Amino acid sequence: MTRLGPDSGEALIFEKSVPGACAVDLGASDVPATEPRDTIPAALLADRPPPLPEVGELELVRHYARLGSRLFSVDAHFYPLGSCTMKYNPRVNEWAAGLAGFNALHPLQADEDMQGVLELLYNLHVYLAEIAGLDKVSLQPAAGAHGEMTSLMLVNAYHAEHGGIRPNVLTTDTAHGTNPASCTICGRNAIPVKSRPDGLVDLDDLRTKANDKTAALMITSPNTVGKFDGQIKKMADILHERGAMLYLDGANMNAVLGITRPGDFGVDVMHYNTHKTFSTPHGCGGPGAGPIAVSKELAPYLPVPQVEKRSDGTYYLDGDRPKSIGKVRTFFGQVGVLVRCYTYIRALGPDGLRDVSEKAVLAANYLAACFKGVPGYALPFDGPYCHEFILKPKLGGGLRVLDYAKRLIDFGIHPPTMEWPIHGTLMIEPTETESKATLDAFVVAMKQIAKEAVESPETLKAAPSGSWIERADEVAASRKPNLRWKGD
Amino acid sequence: MRYTQLMDDNVREMLATIGAGSVDALFRDVPADIRMTGDLALPAAMSEPELRAHLSALASKNRTTDALVCFLGAGAYDHFIPSVVDAMISQGSFLTAYTPYQAEASQGSLQAFYEFQTMVCQLTGMDVANASLYELGSAAAEAVLMAHGASSKREVVMAASIHEHVRKVVHTYCRDLSLELREVKTERGSIQTDIQVLKDSIGAGTAAVLVQSPNFFGQIEPLDKIAGLCKEAGATLIVATDPIGCGLLKRPGDLGADIVVAEGQPLGIPLQMGGPWCGLMAARESFLRRMPGRVVGRTVDQSGRPAYCLALQTREQHIRRAKATSNICTNQGLMALRVAIHTAALGRSGIATVARMCFDKAHYAARRIAELPGYAMPYSGPFFKEFVVRCEKPVEKVTAACRAEGILAGVALGDFYTEMGDCMLVAVTEKRTREEIDRFVDALKRA
Repeated sequence: MTRLGPDSGEALIFEKSVPGACAVDLGASDVPATEPRDTIPAALLADRPPPLPEVGELELVRHYARLGSRLFSVDAHFYPLGSCTMKYNPRVNEWAAGLAGFNALHPLQADEDMQGVLELLYNLHVYLAEIAGLDKVSLQPAAGAHGEMTSLMLVNAYHAEHGGIRPNVLTTDTAHGTNPASCTICGRNAIPVKSRPDGLVDLDDLRTKANDKTAALMITSPNTVGKFDGQIKKMADILHERGAMLYLDGANMNAVLGITRPGDFGVDVMHYNTHKTFSTPHGCGGPGAGPIAVSKELAPYLPVPQVEKRSDGTYYLDGDRPKSIGKVRTFFGQVGVLVRCYTYIRALGPDGLRDVSEKAVLAANYLAACFKGVPGYALPFDGPYCHEFILKPKLGGGLRVLDYAKRLIDFGIHPPTMEWPIHGTLMIEPTETESKATLDAFVVAMKQIAKEAVESPETLKAAPSGSWIERADEVAASRKPNLRWKGD
Repeated sequence: MRYTQLMDDNVREMLATIGAGSVDALFRDVPADIRMTGDLALPAAMSEPELRAHLSALASKNRTTDALVCFLGAGAYDHFIPSVVDAMISQGSFLTAYTPYQAEASQGSLQAFYEFQTMVCQLTGMDVANASLYELGSAAAEAVLMAHGASSKREVVMAASIHEHVRKVVHTYCRDLSLELREVKTERGSIQTDIQVLKDSIGAGTAAVLVQSPNFFGQIEPLDKIAGLCKEAGATLIVATDPIGCGLLKRPGDLGADIVVAEGQPLGIPLQMGGPWCGLMAARESFLRRMPGRVVGRTVDQSGRPAYCLALQTREQHIRRAKATSNICTNQGLMALRVAIHTAALGRSGIATVARMCFDKAHYAARRIAELPGYAMPYSGPFFKEFVVRCEKPVEKVTAACRAEGILAGVALGDFYTEMGDCMLVAVTEKRTREEIDRFVDALKRA
């Protein structure tokens, strides 16, 4: 699928502004006016309204319809982004979240008014605990990184109560950037543990670095090079022997649903990304949700409130948790996202969830096999792979991984994850929802690009040439930041 | 229901290409002693009709603000959302696109975020804004961390009149850091920040002062005076505000705020029992490199065309890792787009109209309630769209009586402050008709 080529762009909505235009008619006020100057000091009253743009409804619609036609999306494009799990976003989830019964609830209404959504959220706790093989869940974190932070706070609270604060958290050198960043936001020192050449954790390095100043090890499993590290239980033992905890970054759970459970391999606390594993839509960068699952030991520290169930079967929000770390956000959580997550789990059931992982792993191994022996690409790690794998383009002629990625855009395919966790590579995760035809078309495109890399590398360097713009000058964007329109 | 499309024939072909005998063989790296032997203990799968019936049944057990007239506020507001917002945000492209790391594949969302950032600056009177944070609580906490990072000072002064959830979140974010949080109580008989007490609390070691205006109780704080104190002391002023209020009140940026945070929910985001919403953050140019989260910049492409892309990514976790300004990765993308579309729909005149309507309707309601025997306005300070009502009868009785007439009366303040057990917090937005307000007043009379 190729497109026509760069176009003349779209004017900013501010450039379409016409004085006096408005796209909303609220009618006239039906109450007597009160003069603001009678009660509010003049110094605190605005002289004029904020200089927002002014457009009529059609101009508004046209603007956002045209913007909506100028981007890739899962609906229309294959997104083999490693670690992002860009699976299909089911429309029945959207329907469910849009029901007034979930959508039009004020968070401070009485529990009696919210029994349906409380039942949904309570059961979602139960399902997520089951899938994790752990004891209790908090649905409060708003994203994976938020879940990481919350989890580390729980671990910190635990250590503070049991033997004293531990300043260090071990991460892996292949960890997602949010892992060490989450350590910093919790006042911990992030210390990376080395990986072996085969991509697995160097246990000797772990044994050396884990001690009584270690709060936890943050691990991703399957790991970020697409392998299941079978040493995971050993890692858990090493940590537990030293009084430290094992935290799982659950970004890669799409490979292990119904196959293995973090609680069964020694994990004490983990986060999920509902916008990865559980199909909630990426929305151009959120909203997601990062629910966490924890062991019994950590449960007392969970954020407030929790949804609880009485013996008479009614549900309520429980704020009476004396050891709680407090709140990591206002109100309860990303409820609209959680409704979608719940709907997905109920749709699939246990068989469907296991099918997700089986097909995700099958699709990844199939793609990897398609690249085996293809001149122009190498597979730096041996199979079998989990739900993603690393592909190394044989760069030459001044080409970078970026050039391959940008050329894929001309084929109507979103580039895979670039240069992480290993420089000079692409990380490919097809997910379980693609057809074989789509997978095959991806391989055809990649082979074509490898051919061009040898025969006409300038095609890659000039890519993309078939998208709405040619390659953007990102360096200039940061050197001389222009972050807002200033015409007002 | 399943969303996989690999059929048995496909599976056979794929296994043959791989050279594996079965799908199970692909999991051989998972040690046998941690392999599940049975199924996950979850309810069985559902067909689509079953799923829809199930979710409908759950939804129907909730009593919504469509069915009940809502005078609840306290950080969550029942504002009018025009149909055009849902229509434009439900485009599959916006819904299912990824974070715009690949600029050439994301111009539509990048431009929309650039416009969002601009509108947040226009609303707040600030220089730069990011492309959203989770919600107001974490936004306030991030602002505190920004101020600390910029100054290395350890003290943070917070007004007690800030929303309790926001204060709790700031405390949680700071619990493992060596910051000293101090809350400035309000004066007896007032629910505004006491300027003298605030002045005494701010010193050379104060990194930031965090206030909210309109505050939790709906009252407008003397931001001009507070800004003066902060400037004298060299402390960063962080103001949490209501973006709707910026249509009537002087913008925090025009009053001397250094960082502004807000909850974007009132701008086109449905209540959804508390989330997903949209944290807004805007700041002075000098704070730009400390700002958390994504920012979109305008640049050019190879042929000089205007182009949008993520800018200053070296602040962020995927580049800077442990030294990033925050750990945030996924933010509230689609909700920020809702805010942008709604704000653009209202425009300059619409935001002023909405703000004035909220003000007029809240003051009409307050006047009528104050006239009722058994109810009083205990605080005389200026307010925007929310106010405190003291009830002679127990608040639970009052709210129950209103509920029986299909009205959600104010938030029982005893749930937040034990000393305010006889008070409730009433919010009136532009969506409340005069008829609804009059009915509420009648229900209060008869309660």
